[in-house]
Amino acid sequence: MSALQESFKNVMDWVDARLPVTETYEKHMSKYYAPKNFNFWYLFGVLATVVLVNQLLTGIWLTMSYVPTGDGAFASIEYIMRDVEYGWMLRYMHSTGASAFFFVVYLHMFRGLAYGSYQKPRELIWILGMLIYIALMAEGFFGYLLPWGNMSYWAGQVIVSLAGAIPVVGDSLATWVRGDFNISGITLNRFFALHVVLIPLVLIVLVFLHILALHEVGSNNPDGIDIKKNLDVDGKPVDGVPFHPHYTIGHDLPGIVLFLFFFCGVMFFWPDGGGYFIEHPNYEPANPLKTPELIAPVWYYTPFYSMLRAATFPLFGLDAKFWGLVVMAGAIALPIVLPWLDRSPVRSIRYKGMGSKLFLAVFIVAFFILGYLGTKHPTAERTLVAQICTAIYFGYFLLMPWYTKVEKTKPVPERVTMP
Amino acid sequence: MSENSVNTRRRNFLIGATSVVGAAGVAGVAVPFIGSWNPSAKALAAGAPIKVDVSKLSPGDILGPIPAWRDKPIFVIKRSEAQLDSLNSKNGRLADPDSTRPQQPEYAQNDTRSIKPDLLVLVGLCTHLGCSPQFKPMVQPEQFDQEWMGGFFCACHGSKFDLAGRVYSGVPAPANLEVPPHYYESDSVIVIGEDGGVA
Repeated sequence: MSALQESFKNVMDWVDARLPVTETYEKHMSKYYAPKNFNFWYLFGVLATVVLVNQLLTGIWLTMSYVPTGDGAFASIEYIMRDVEYGWMLRYMHSTGASAFFFVVYLHMFRGLAYGSYQKPRELIWILGMLIYIALMAEGFFGYLLPWGNMSYWAGQVIVSLAGAIPVVGDSLATWVRGDFNISGITLNRFFALHVVLIPLVLIVLVFLHILALHEVGSNNPDGIDIKKNLDVDGKPVDGVPFHPHYTIGHDLPGIVLFLFFFCGVMFFWPDGGGYFIEHPNYEPANPLKTPELIAPVWYYTPFYSMLRAATFPLFGLDAKFWGLVVMAGAIALPIVLPWLDRSPVRSIRYKGMGSKLFLAVFIVAFFILGYLGTKHPTAERTLVAQICTAIYFGYFLLMPWYTKVEKTKPVPERVTMP
Repeated sequence: MSENSVNTRRRNFLIGATSVVGAAGVAGVAVPFIGSWNPSAKALAAGAPIKVDVSKLSPGDILGPIPAWRDKPIFVIKRSEAQLDSLNSKNGRLADPDSTRPQQPEYAQNDTRSIKPDLLVLVGLCTHLGCSPQFKPMVQPEQFDQEWMGGFFCACHGSKFDLAGRVYSGVPAPANLEVPPHYYESDSVIVIGEDGGVA
């Protein structure tokens, strides 16, 4: 051992006796055994982390030039775009990052659905993930008001008005959330605080717990096989490889590079995403007296917005507006209980029966259709389609205890199959 | 009972008592945090009544959404004789033709939903999700309604209202457009935001 190595070891021994650095590194990186059959779908967790770091850094830098007041907000965005050096780039990194965040999170969630990653013993990982998703939706909503463009204003108006649909307390609740009788600079100021401080803190804690829970039970894989059941003489899973360096260098790094390639393409050449990432009415300042022609949320909320609009008739003496809120909130919350809806003896879609495959395929198609409809004006025909797709969305979850139980599954192999 | 054994009852009581006091403390300290979200004194002051001059308004015209009260667009409409007649024709497609829902002060709970029959004052925000509806006074087939009788159309989610702000049935909006408290200071000046002792 050279003198340098020796002194490094001494330093680490000193630190490790006081802070478990080496132990933590080994537990989560060099001795964390991940299944060796990960595929492309296993990139989106790490990509979400990359985007989270991007959002935190660019967000902090944007607050250095942003003014969270009704009079100053819109002008300060223009100031960032035109006068602050690289301000345009930081803003586009942040706005593109918002869409990228939902893009990778949706793919990450789909991976979980397809490979049964929510099943026992990973229920808490799934629940924490759903809480991250909900916090992310809140983060996106609060952030969307900040540019104080006309779409910011009216999207905020529409969503806060949703609280007004709650019987009895609704209107006072909406006033309380706004801190004013209508969306105003007061609302903007508090949404700014929530967007840059409270929700990011919540997100960071949830992400930390999500990873901690994952590393406690170990990663699932495309075959849904428990690799801890098949150990070698040293007690290591025969179908597992150390996360570092196998996945960090061999899987995640090239994945991140590829992702950043596409990310930069959008950021530099298509930052408004054709009106889907930054909506055109948002280039006009907020005007409380003029509603834009079409209020459509940003693309990542549109499936749920469609479901909100799909409730068009009153029921049990309560307004359609209230049921719209119930349907939307239910659609967002229902997946939380997914681990207890799936009664299948197998995890992965590879070994599930025709029922699961069919339902998942139809569910995804319905989700895309809902997303498309949410960007359009409602007509009678579109509303009917949205109602059918809403029924499919709920059917996928609520019928799961039945179709996962009755269908014939395929035998799961002993060892994982390599991609 | 020996000296070293645990007195479970006493321990449970202490845990319970500490929890109750702790919960009361959390509830108490939550008051300022929740209270600070209520409209501030400044926001309340900004919600003061406004005055609108209606002397230059001719029949069939709308004054709005320029006057704003509490940052909400206000529509002031002077309806023509023909338009008033159409209100009385009892359009069968209205959800609440008699304005039974408390969407207006008592003095505006009538067939025209106004103090003076021709002059209608409305908060120009859809009762669905708060978009500002468009004024479409002409009786003519519209894209959104082949048998349009004139009124307000909200493009956000397709809600329809007649020339008294009464909501059509089968649209997302649950209630008639709100009539704000208002009174006539003189023949040509309406004060919006206050009842003026009438109610």
